[in-house]
Amino acid sequence: MSAPSRPLALTVLLVLLAVTALLPFVLSNFRLFQFTQVFIYAIALLGLNMLTGYNGQISLGHGAFYALGAYTAAVMMDRWNVPFLLTVPAAGVLCLGAGFLFGIPALRLEGLYLALATFSLALAVPQILKYFEHWTGGSQGLVLTKPDAPLGLRLTPDQWLYFVSLAVLVFLMIVAWNLLRGRTGRALVAIRDHPIAAEAMGVNSALYKSLAFGVSAGYTGVAGALSAGAIAFVAPDAFNVFLSITFLVGIVIGGLASISGAILGALFIQFVPNWAQDISKAAPWAIYGVFLIVFMYTMPRGIAGTAQALWGRLARADVRSSPAKGGLL
Amino acid sequence: MRFRTVALSLTVVATLALAAWAGAADTPGVTATEVKIGHTNPYSGNASAYGTIGKVITAYFKKANEEGGVNGRKINFVTYDDAYSPPKTVEMVRKLVEQDQVAFVFNTLGTPTNSAIHKYMNQQKVPHLFLATGATKWGDPEHFPWTMGWQPTYQTEGKIYAQYILNNVPNAKVGILYQNDDYGKDYVKGLKDGLGDAAKKIIVMEQTYEATDATIDSQIVNLKNSGANVFYNVTIPKYAVQAIKKTHDIGWKPLHLLNNVSASVGQVMKPVGSDASRGILTTQYLKDPTDPQWKNDKGYQDWLAFMKKYYPEGNVEDAFNVYGYSAAQTMVQVLKQCGNDLSRESIMKQAASLKDFMLPMALPGIKVNTGPKDFYPIEQEQLAKFDGERWVLFGEVYDASKK
Repeated sequence: MSAPSRPLALTVLLVLLAVTALLPFVLSNFRLFQFTQVFIYAIALLGLNMLTGYNGQISLGHGAFYALGAYTAAVMMDRWNVPFLLTVPAAGVLCLGAGFLFGIPALRLEGLYLALATFSLALAVPQILKYFEHWTGGSQGLVLTKPDAPLGLRLTPDQWLYFVSLAVLVFLMIVAWNLLRGRTGRALVAIRDHPIAAEAMGVNSALYKSLAFGVSAGYTGVAGALSAGAIAFVAPDAFNVFLSITFLVGIVIGGLASISGAILGALFIQFVPNWAQDISKAAPWAIYGVFLIVFMYTMPRGIAGTAQALWGRLARADVRSSPAKGGLL
Repeated sequence: MRFRTVALSLTVVATLALAAWAGAADTPGVTATEVKIGHTNPYSGNASAYGTIGKVITAYFKKANEEGGVNGRKINFVTYDDAYSPPKTVEMVRKLVEQDQVAFVFNTLGTPTNSAIHKYMNQQKVPHLFLATGATKWGDPEHFPWTMGWQPTYQTEGKIYAQYILNNVPNAKVGILYQNDDYGKDYVKGLKDGLGDAAKKIIVMEQTYEATDATIDSQIVNLKNSGANVFYNVTIPKYAVQAIKKTHDIGWKPLHLLNNVSASVGQVMKPVGSDASRGILTTQYLKDPTDPQWKNDKGYQDWLAFMKKYYPEGNVEDAFNVYGYSAAQTMVQVLKQCGNDLSRESIMKQAASLKDFMLPMALPGIKVNTGPKDFYPIEQEQLAKFDGERWVLFGEVYDASKK
C-alpha cells in the first residue's frame, strides 16, 4: 500500500469499526445473530487463510477443528459449568495443540495429498464425536444455555454475543496482522512460493509449516467455541464435510492471503446461500453455483484482491505490481 | 335525540370493531385476512427425500386458500431449506420467528434439527406444532408447553411389535439392529418396555450402526450367527434396503419386523425386489397409496384428486405425500377450532383439544386425540405384512394410550 493512502485507510477502518459497534442498537436480534455468525466464520476463515493463503497448504479438514473447538466449549459449559468466556481461549489452546500435532505428519504431504489427508479428518470427526457419547451426547448433541451478558451490562444475549465475537475477531485480526507482516509472514509466503529457496535462506520450513497448522487450527477452534455459544446447540451433523468445503470457498471468494478477505468471504458464505434460496426454492445450490462461477470470473483474486486493485487505482498507486500476494488489506 | 343515539351506537360498534381488530393484530403473523405459518424442511442434502413433505404441505394450504381459507383467513406458508443441519435450522427458525414474524412454526422435520430449536421455541413462547419426528420427547407439556409432536412415537411402535412377538412367536429369539441415536434407542426402549420381564431372555443380540456408515453387512451377519429368529430392523430407508438385501442374500429367514420409518413401498420395498421383501411386517397408521383396497375409498380418491390438481409433479406412490397432506389437515383443523382467537395461547390450547378427529387418509378406526396433558396426537397403529407387492393390513388397531 502506498504511503499517502495510509491515513485514509486508517480512517475508513475506524469508521467501519464504529459503525459495527453501533449496529447492535439499531438492528433486530435476528440480524445480530446473523452478523455474529459472520464474525465467527471470519475468524475461522482467517485461520484457514494463514495456512492455505499464506503458507500454501490446502486443508479440506478445518471443519474438524471447528467441531473440536465447539465441543470443547460445549462440554466445558454443559458438564463442568465453566463460564462461556473461559471456554473460548481453552478451545483455542486445545485446537492449537491438536493442529500443531497434526501438522507434523502433514509435513510429509504436499498439495493435493495434504488436501486428502485433511479431508479424512473432516470425514472422521462426526463419527468420532458420536463414539464418545458420554461426553458429547452422541448424535443428539448437547443443548446449551445461551450465555447471558455479565451482571451490570444491560444487553440481550444476542447483543452480548455480537460484541464478544466482534472483540475476538478484532483482537485476532491484529494478532494475525502482526504475525504476518513481519519475519514470520515473509517466511510463510516464501515457503509457499519457493520452498527450496526458502530453505536455502535459512527458513526452518518444518517448524513454520507445523506452526502455521497449529495457529490456523487454533483460530478455527476459537471460532467453533464462539459458535457453540451463539447457536446454543452442538451436534455432529453440523460439522460435516460440507462445512470444511464452505470454509475453503470462503477464503477463495474473500481473497487468498488477505486478512480483510476473511470478513468478505464470511459475508459470502453466510448470506449468499440464503439469497440463492430466495431466488429459487427448487434449485438453491444451482444458483449458489452460478454465484460462485460469476465471482471467480469477475474477481479471480477474490473480493479483497479486486477491492485492493480498485483502491490502488483510486490512490493512483501502481496497479501493475501484484497486489494480492502477501498484501494485507 | 335520535341522531345522538345513532351516533353513540355507531361509536360503540366502531370501538368494538377496532378492539377486535387490535386484538387480532396482537399476535405476530395474524391479520384480519391472513395467518402466517413457518416451516423448515431438508430440500437439499442427505435427507432431501423428505423434501416432498414441504411441497405437499404447501400444495395443501394452497388448496385451502382457494377454497376460502380458514375462518376467512388465508394461510401464508413460509418454508425454508435447512438441509437437515441443526445450525441452519436455528438460523432459519429465528428468521421465521423474529424477522418474518410468523404466528407459529409447524411440522419442522428431523430429531436433531428440532432438538436445536426446542428450548428457543419454548423461551419465545411460540407454538412449535406437529413436528415431523417420532421421538418421544416432543410430548412433554410440563417442561415444554409450546412443543407438540404428531405421528405415533417410536416407543409406541416398539410396544406394538412386542405385543405381537409375545402373542405369536413361541421361543422367540430377537436380534436388533438400530441406529445409534435417540430415534433408534426410542424404538428399542419401546420393544423392551413391551416385552417387560421377558426382554432379557428374548433379546439375544443388539447391533448398532451410525447414520454415516457405508454399510451394515457385518451387523447382519452377526445377527444371523446369534441364532435369532426374529429380526427387529430399526433403520432409515438407505440402510433398510441394505439390511433386507443382505438378510436375503445370506439365507437368513427370521420374522422380519421393519420400522415404519422405512416402510415406503416406492423407496424401500420395491428396490429390494419381491423375493427379499415378502413376509416382512411393519406397522401403519396412514393409508398406503399403493394399496388397491383403498382404490374406491373416498379419502384416497380425494387425496388423488388433490395431488393431480395441486401437486401434479409429486409421486402418487410416495407415502410421504400422504403424510404431509394429513399433517396439514390436522393443522387446518386446529385453526378452525381457534375461530377468531388466533393468539398463540389459543393455538396451543386448541392443538391440545383435538377430540376424535378423523383424518381421511388415516386407517379406519384411528383418531387424533390430544389433551392438556396428552401431547401425542396419534397413538394408534395396525400391523401389516408385505406380500411382495404391497402392505396387507391384518389384526386389530392397537391403541398405545390405553395400555
